[in-house]
Amino acid sequence: MKPRAKSKAARKASPRSEVDATTSGDLLFEIGCEEIPAGMIAKAAGELKAILGMQLSTHALVGATTVEESIETFGAPRRLVAIARNVRVKQEDVTREVVGPPKSVAFDVAGQPTRAAYSFAEKQSVPVSKLAVINTPKGECVAVKQVILGKPAAEILADVLPEVIREISWPRSMIWAGTQSPRFIRPIRWIVAILDGKKIPFSFADVKSGNHTEGHRFLGTKEIAVTGPENYESRLQKNFVLCRPDARRKKIEAELQSLTSRRGVRVHEDAGLLYLVTYLNEYPTVILGNFDPEFLVLPEEILITVMRGHQKYFAVENRSRDLAPHFLAVINLAKDAKGLVRAGHERVLRARFADAQFFWESDQKIKLGEYLPKLAAVTYERRLGSYGDKVERMRALARWFCEQWFSGGVTQADVAGADRAAELAKCDLVTEMVREFPELQGAVGGLYARAQGEPEDIASAVYDQYKPLGLDDPLPRNITGCAVALADKLDSLVACFAVGANPTGSSDPFALRRAALGVVKIVLEKNLPLSISAAISAAARFLRECPPKIEASPEAEKQVLDFLLDRARYILRERRGFSYDEINAAFSAGSDDLGDAVERVAALQAIRQTKNFPPLAASFKRIRNILEKSAGKEDQGQGTVKQTLLREAAEMQLHSAAQRIGAEAMRLKKDKKYRRALEKISELRPAVDFFFDKVHVMAEEEEVRKNRIALLGMLLKEFSTIADFSVLGSEDSKAPS
Amino acid sequence: MPKTTTKNAGLTFQDLLLKLEHYWTRRDCILQQPYDVEVGAGTMHPETFLRVLGPQPYRVVYAQPSRRPTDGRYGENPNRLYKHTQLQVILKPSPSNIQDLYLESLASVGINLKEHDVRFEEDNWESPTLGAWGIGWQVLLDGLEITQFTYFQQCGGIDLDPISVELTYGLDRIAAYLQGVDNVFDVRWSNTMTYGQVRLAEEQQFSAYSFDYADAASTRKQFDLNEAEAARLLSKWNAANKKGAIETKRFPILEAYDLCLKCSHLFNLLDARGAISVTERAGMIGRVRKLATQVARAWLDQRAAVQTSAGAVA
Repeated sequence: MKPRAKSKAARKASPRSEVDATTSGDLLFEIGCEEIPAGMIAKAAGELKAILGMQLSTHALVGATTVEESIETFGAPRRLVAIARNVRVKQEDVTREVVGPPKSVAFDVAGQPTRAAYSFAEKQSVPVSKLAVINTPKGECVAVKQVILGKPAAEILADVLPEVIREISWPRSMIWAGTQSPRFIRPIRWIVAILDGKKIPFSFADVKSGNHTEGHRFLGTKEIAVTGPENYESRLQKNFVLCRPDARRKKIEAELQSLTSRRGVRVHEDAGLLYLVTYLNEYPTVILGNFDPEFLVLPEEILITVMRGHQKYFAVENRSRDLAPHFLAVINLAKDAKGLVRAGHERVLRARFADAQFFWESDQKIKLGEYLPKLAAVTYERRLGSYGDKVERMRALARWFCEQWFSGGVTQADVAGADRAAELAKCDLVTEMVREFPELQGAVGGLYARAQGEPEDIASAVYDQYKPLGLDDPLPRNITGCAVALADKLDSLVACFAVGANPTGSSDPFALRRAALGVVKIVLEKNLPLSISAAISAAARFLRECPPKIEASPEAEKQVLDFLLDRARYILRERRGFSYDEINAAFSAGSDDLGDAVERVAALQAIRQTKNFPPLAASFKRIRNILEKSAGKEDQGQGTVKQTLLREAAEMQLHSAAQRIGAEAMRLKKDKKYRRALEKISELRPAVDFFFDKVHVMAEEEEVRKNRIALLGMLLKEFSTIADFSVLGSEDSKAPS
Repeated sequence: MPKTTTKNAGLTFQDLLLKLEHYWTRRDCILQQPYDVEVGAGTMHPETFLRVLGPQPYRVVYAQPSRRPTDGRYGENPNRLYKHTQLQVILKPSPSNIQDLYLESLASVGINLKEHDVRFEEDNWESPTLGAWGIGWQVLLDGLEITQFTYFQQCGGIDLDPISVELTYGLDRIAAYLQGVDNVFDVRWSNTMTYGQVRLAEEQQFSAYSFDYADAASTRKQFDLNEAEAARLLSKWNAANKKGAIETKRFPILEAYDLCLKCSHLFNLLDARGAISVTERAGMIGRVRKLATQVARAWLDQRAAVQTSAGAVA
């Protein structure tokens, strides 16, 4: 084995140790396992790195600073692997000074060792002659240098590595060798543990560690001897295992590319699928198969879902992005020389497509709307009734949205259309197609509606009802779709909060976070005129009026509102780049019309860095403090300002400036010219500064004092209708959970 | 076409069954017969449900026609069946080379593992009605699910020790695959008969009964009656604290289990008939599970009692 350079730190640390404790070597640790679920491997490898790193540094087998660079971990379906470089093969010896009795006690006046000295020396197993005298904070004492010999790393690791295996966490672990045995994600069948070329012996769940790994299940050798990282990967590769995910992914990508480009087609990109197949195979190879073009009459969504969901095939597109009658399967073999695997996959896909075609035809023996009565038998939530009940609430709410929008000037808002789309929305839940492919809910209903001659507007609304599924997912394509999507989501939110099914940190079974994000995203991006609180009240009203007639408490309504505003803050920060204090300042002046609130946030952000603004904002904060301090004792500035009581020039000036600027700002605000309104307000600064410079608010005379507080109160109230400046500067005041 | 495949194309449904049974009997499995009460899966056979409980080692193989009323398609769908045939293998405790043993069984029916894409993909199994669950995979052969491979963790609500492994082969699909046919009804059952000739009438009539003819009220009544009888037996077992040795070993826990299985099937029938609301559904599953878990507990107690008294006699 090639000796590795010793780390500088290690060399320096123990110049006096008798044996060479600084010799370091490489650690190879492989947990050989029955097939680990593909989605869990990368995370487990990450944990393996953290846990092993912590153990190695705790036991002083690597320098603390080198843990991160010296360990790498990765995984494949049948193995989790850790390689650590420059691991000390023996802990360093540590020299420790043991302090004994004071010199005056240890030696008599003649300088001879006393009984105390002998007793200390004996305890430390050294002759008295080895005792030295050192200076301590307590004066001169006898002391002895003790060397604690470092343990061999192999000995430590034999205890530590089983612990490392045990500490990796899994979503759902199992036992396989009896209840006394440790748990893991799947049975462990072999373990490789080698340090510096030598085996580290231990056993875990009846498996003895050793220096033999296993190759590919079918193409490789069962027992492959390795001596360490230097030949581990190459020997596995010869045995058809690419143990590094990068290598597997690159092989897949290259083959996807070459198989498609030579046919003038291309892969239907799917990053999630690529990740999955990278972790489903130890030696991935891509093959291209074909299917009968007659299946292309089925909707593309269904074909892709069949290929991806069940079979984990990539779909193939032609240049115009239409599906081509091919698929790409990633198999765990080096080749498919006889085409047997391809033929097998083709047959399976044919059966799957035939199934889908069967569902497509048999589902449509009755019209989509005729499935509606069956929804009465599908529970949405125990207390909240069936999907049939939910549909009734959604219809009422969808109509309500369209009425609001129509009266707000959105002429495309179609009350009857939204009602029909909401009525049809959940029907596909009881079709065979959705039972078979739950991820196609909504899409199937939309496709059936379209095929059955429902107006396009309604069919698309049904299709899009679950959109947006995330921050980057598109919105429903039309207003009717927005009404149905909002009705569905807002009903879920209000209904679930009403019965206390609120999401918790770890559990959100009704996907309410996603629902709230969707509500906010639709309202913001479609810029629809809407009062959030009125919408929540409407949802609560329909919840109360429609069976099973559930009452949402005012607190529940408030919770929904806060929940939605938290999502709004999140979106505005993540997607629009506003800071929380800007958002909070604008929201404090009203957030019920979200679109309007955003315009105010934008104006605030624009004006924020101008010359007059920061000092003015600081002054407003000061005003708020003064008002809060006077709270209870005085009237918190609610009173009206009496001009006759304005004594000093500065307060008179402020009063008149406020009136003048206030009127202009109000006019600008009415026209939604928020930025100009804020610029106007900034002009208050000299008057405010002058006021605080010259005027003592807490005047002796009660009437004058009250009048000054009233003036400040008026100022704060009148100039906080666009944004509450006094909130600015407290960045983390309200970060959403 | 390579020679091996041509030969495999000749493997009939019954030969496939015989070969797999033969393979496992040569690995110390008892060859058992299908259970004679309607079951939805081979797991419900007492040879699995009861045998995986307790400490005694056991190995068994049997075919189990499994009735799933909701999966019926009147014999019109090429892949869906009211009644499909499972080949069930239980190895208790699970041997450490179990995956190899399983793969060898595939080789024994002519599947060349180096030429086919065989993989184990995560699929944990759970039966709420039996209070049973396990960890494992579905085994895919060139993309086709051919076997459910499960390490049982719990059965009848009881933590298992030792752990049994359960292999459930989908015989109908494996036969179709080996014969290269797309429609299960075209599978050659024997050299002279097809699967359709043997089974199509069953599919048509049982599907029709499940979906169209079954009388919900009387099915429900039968469910209640079977449940009450099982509950009566179980409470009698639980009530009698001190039983004589003969009374103990003759106490019909096995009948209580049969009654529980009947409830399970009647529930499936009501489900297919569309007669169960979702709220009711969870409740009925809970009722069957209650029986199943009580049976499991009673069975273990009975075995222990019988063994103790046998030990006392000896």
